[in-house]
Amino acid sequence: MNIHEYQARDILRAHGVPVPPGEVASTPAEVEAAARGFGGTVVVKAQVHSGGRGKAGGVKLAKTAEEARTHGEAILGMTIKGLVVHKVLVAPAEDIASEAYVGVIVDRGSKRPVFMVSREGGVDIEEVAARDPGAIRRLAVDPRYGLLPFEAYNLACALYDVHAQQRACAKILRQLYSAFVASGASLAEINPLVTTPTGEVKALDAKFNIDDNELFRRTAIADLRDVSAEPSAETTAREAGLTFIKLEGNIGAVVNGAGLAMATMDLIKYYGGEPANFLDIGGSSNPEKVVNALRLITDDPAVKVICFNIFGGITRCDDVANGIVTAMKQIDIDVPLVIRLTGTNEKEALEILGGAGFTATTSMDDVVQRAVEHANGAR
Amino acid sequence: MAIFIDETTTLIVQGITGRDGSFHTRQMLEYGTRVAGGVTPGRGGQTFEREDGPGVPIFDTMEDAVRETGANTSVIYVPPAFAADAIMESAASGVRLIVAITEGIPVLDMMRVHAYVTDHGTRLLGANCPGLLSPGRSKVGILPGQIATPGSVGVVSRSGTLTYEVVYQLTSANVGQSTCVGIGGDPINGTSFIDCLSEFENDPETKAVVMIGEIGGTDEQDAAEWASANMTKPIIGFIAGQTAPPGRRMGHAGAIISGSAGTAAEKIEAFERAGIRVARKPSDVAGLVQQAL
Repeated sequence: MNIHEYQARDILRAHGVPVPPGEVASTPAEVEAAARGFGGTVVVKAQVHSGGRGKAGGVKLAKTAEEARTHGEAILGMTIKGLVVHKVLVAPAEDIASEAYVGVIVDRGSKRPVFMVSREGGVDIEEVAARDPGAIRRLAVDPRYGLLPFEAYNLACALYDVHAQQRACAKILRQLYSAFVASGASLAEINPLVTTPTGEVKALDAKFNIDDNELFRRTAIADLRDVSAEPSAETTAREAGLTFIKLEGNIGAVVNGAGLAMATMDLIKYYGGEPANFLDIGGSSNPEKVVNALRLITDDPAVKVICFNIFGGITRCDDVANGIVTAMKQIDIDVPLVIRLTGTNEKEALEILGGAGFTATTSMDDVVQRAVEHANGAR
Repeated sequence: MAIFIDETTTLIVQGITGRDGSFHTRQMLEYGTRVAGGVTPGRGGQTFEREDGPGVPIFDTMEDAVRETGANTSVIYVPPAFAADAIMESAASGVRLIVAITEGIPVLDMMRVHAYVTDHGTRLLGANCPGLLSPGRSKVGILPGQIATPGSVGVVSRSGTLTYEVVYQLTSANVGQSTCVGIGGDPINGTSFIDCLSEFENDPETKAVVMIGEIGGTDEQDAAEWASANMTKPIIGFIAGQTAPPGRRMGHAGAIISGSAGTAAEKIEAFERAGIRVARKPSDVAGLVQQAL
């Protein structure tokens, strides 16, 4: 799950990290009021789950409250990488002497949380890594002990030459690690971590990605989800227990299992078609899931054909067949369905489908080729 | 021979009385797996009944179960909130292999679990994996037994149903398998591609290996590099997610292309550089294996 910058700043603040003040606004009037409250120059920043906000025109400086309002009008409602901006963060502009990057991420290789710190802040860390890997210092933390004081100090010394700043930074790194663990994050970064002309060390911008598997036991974090910041089809899918990602093509796909779903998308492309979505109905047997999946797919007007690829294991083919038959009664589906079912209770499934006037194949290649023929023939 | 499990595997099912645990215990017994016992706290002393054979004793703890049965393997079907503890309990009980089926275990838990099982010298497969199957010998997990047939091809995969697809196609083409292993789709897992390749290399019965990867991370690239230096047996590869857009998690927690890293193209290139022949689609795998044998 993604959370917004302002929410990430709140989490850091709650763990003691020095974060400058800021206010969230969702109307131009609120932007103006917040700017007036702070006085002086402020920055107005779009709150969307996407990088590259600055390049897209979603981050602007304003010298006056009126100017802040004008920026608010421009930024609120704008679209950045397909996501509409509903909120902005208004914060006093800071005088910056230096910008660094600090972050902690779950590392698959070492199977530990790994800190990455760099004197090059304010830019994408991936860019730094690609251009100058030596500019990033890494440290793998033993999750049983957490970030030890000496480890934090060593990292801080890689960033700063002044002892007071090294001490301040080491403290911030340990607070960042606490925030990372307490929020169930898979990534927590402060970028930039700045020094002011008077020598203070502060977190200006922050980004957290939360591990979805943590949400069941961290309700306060789960409540941070901003449904308005997600594509609505994906919200509907999540609430129905499905994984759905909208793509650009015209062949709807309903598959059980993530790997097979990806392989089905690939095979559609291989035979000259374009998938309209990634959709994994998961491992459990529930006809209602199939109904919900068909609803989601038929909401997309681009879809010309719907392709089922089900390999029954935990998922029972007869449940999927029942779901298809139920869905046809409940929803108006005016595009053809092509169906592949094999595995657990395949025979029962074919009988159910046959009774409702459907045919099905047991071959993945067959079903995808038929779907592509329908999609391209209907063009 | 086979890898990780065979006729000598004696199994404890953790979460044997749950919905998934009880269903798959029956499936494993039917396949011929030696299920020695089950664990459900509070149900110790009871018996897991079955219609066509003797029941399976239930214990309160893994310690009791291993002491009483001498089992060497456990499989975990407990819910995500309790799964990390169940894995560590199993490691402490002294079993050799733990197969964690549970999906949805927090990654912070899995990092601690990994450190713990490593200290105990236990092999963990998964979590969030379909388990493994040595056709005709033993099945631990949820792989459908009927799709596999004994033979000399080792299969290792990050996926569940895509593994079934490939195994089914191998079997349909009369290409039998030594062991099929699903290592799971989570970012932190106990057993890697390299662990499996190394076992297959040392297994006299395995003549070739099928490695099925997907987008996200660098496990496939690392495995390819390792294989080019250490494997004498041919490997056939397949990578799912060639059409996946970057930055979007494709179902599995581990299946996400971040920046330019973890793309299918990058993995296919790494495979080809290591001399691994890559199937363009799942139905091409069996043919490539036959050519290699």
